[in-house]
Amino acid sequence: MLTKRIIACLDVHAGRVVKGVQFVDLVDAGDPATQAARHAKEGADEIVLLDITATHEGRQTLLDTVRRTARDLFVPFCVGGGIKSARDAEQVFEAGADKVSINSAALADPTLISAIGSSFGAQAVVVAIDARRDPKAADPVRGAQVYVHGGRRPVGRTVVEWAREAEQRGAGEILLTSMDSDGTRAGFDCELTAAVSEAVSIPVIASGGAGTVAHFVDVFTRGKADAALAASIFHFGVSTSRSLKEELAEVGVPVRLPC
Amino acid sequence: MRVTVIDYKAGNLTSVLKTLRHLGAETVVTDDDLTLVESAERIVLPGVGHFAATERLDATGLTGAIRSGVARGVPFLGICVGMQWLYAGSSEAPQQPGLGHFSESCTRFAESQEKVPHVGWNSLEVRPVNGIASRLLAGVEPGEFVYFTHSYKGPVTADTAAVTHYIEPFAAAVERGNVMGVQFHPEKSGETGLKILRNFLAWQAKGTVC
Repeated sequence: MLTKRIIACLDVHAGRVVKGVQFVDLVDAGDPATQAARHAKEGADEIVLLDITATHEGRQTLLDTVRRTARDLFVPFCVGGGIKSARDAEQVFEAGADKVSINSAALADPTLISAIGSSFGAQAVVVAIDARRDPKAADPVRGAQVYVHGGRRPVGRTVVEWAREAEQRGAGEILLTSMDSDGTRAGFDCELTAAVSEAVSIPVIASGGAGTVAHFVDVFTRGKADAALAASIFHFGVSTSRSLKEELAEVGVPVRLPC
Repeated sequence: MRVTVIDYKAGNLTSVLKTLRHLGAETVVTDDDLTLVESAERIVLPGVGHFAATERLDATGLTGAIRSGVARGVPFLGICVGMQWLYAGSSEAPQQPGLGHFSESCTRFAESQEKVPHVGWNSLEVRPVNGIASRLLAGVEPGEFVYFTHSYKGPVTADTAAVTHYIEPFAAAVERGNVMGVQFHPEKSGETGLKILRNFLAWQAKGTVC
């Protein structure tokens, strides 16, 4: 049976894993290669590395980090942050990533999705969407808006419509982050995740709001997510993917166990 | 141990190369240098992307070189589209023939409520191939998981070494003598994947896998 994926997310700044609340008060949380290997060993089904401060000067540092992280990692490995062109993506793949996550660059130029996909396959292109419900819309969930710049600026299109376009243009997966839930540890936005998951045939990875095991159960059932991203709950040894998956299995969520 | 990895400009070779090297193999990559295929000790044909990309194998003469290698008994492993290429063809690119080592064709998953592509970790049901225990999948226990990402698949036949269920049962692995294929990505499948690649690297024409 196809299982639900638990994806460990590492936020990286200048070659180090960092953890903060809403990207402020960053705390050093270790070496990305070491952390990725630890997450894989502890049962994560996939690793995402996000360069949260992606700068031009930092590209070589990032590529070096990707190279070191990929060396002994034998689960799918996705890299995001600052990928603006097919050439940027190619360098990240050559460094050892299996997938790239693109966000604002895809909104600015949607042909980037097919440009990367035509060389590396659709499965290698994850389109990340930062979303906020629109309280003024008749249906705040269906009307949820796409945001850029860390959730500060709306781009004037709905999440569901952009997800559909991304799929048509050859995206392999959607990484959906609810800016309303992100950092709250109060649960994923299951209604929004379900709306997007039902609108497309490609997998939807839910992100933002993970705090408890019950939140994951919720997003996999009510939210119809194919995978869920977890960052903060795994940091500093709070919990492991394995223990999370054992609890999910107990309530009937199909997961990869033993792992 | 030298492995010739075929580059036909379909996707990303880095993960496959990195994993083979991790397991102690020496890797050589070739696109149109047929001598590297003619002298190959082992051949891996990776592949993510579209079946139509295998046209390049014909255009460069690699198809013939691989066919000769396979006939000489060189162990061959096709991964994902590389496995699908072992069949007669795929409905993904009906005009493009495969190697035809297996006479059936690959087809898209049937329309259903489930999502296509099939992406993620799914389990293997290992089974004997033509009455013989699979050598590629030796040591893989019932229900071990591997990582898939694909929309097309091969049918379950006597050559099927492992079955996976998604929408319908399909061939997760195929094996006949020195010719092996996996629909999943062993290079991305954790310890189970490494075990399978070790089996491939240890494959000998006579005797058992060490």
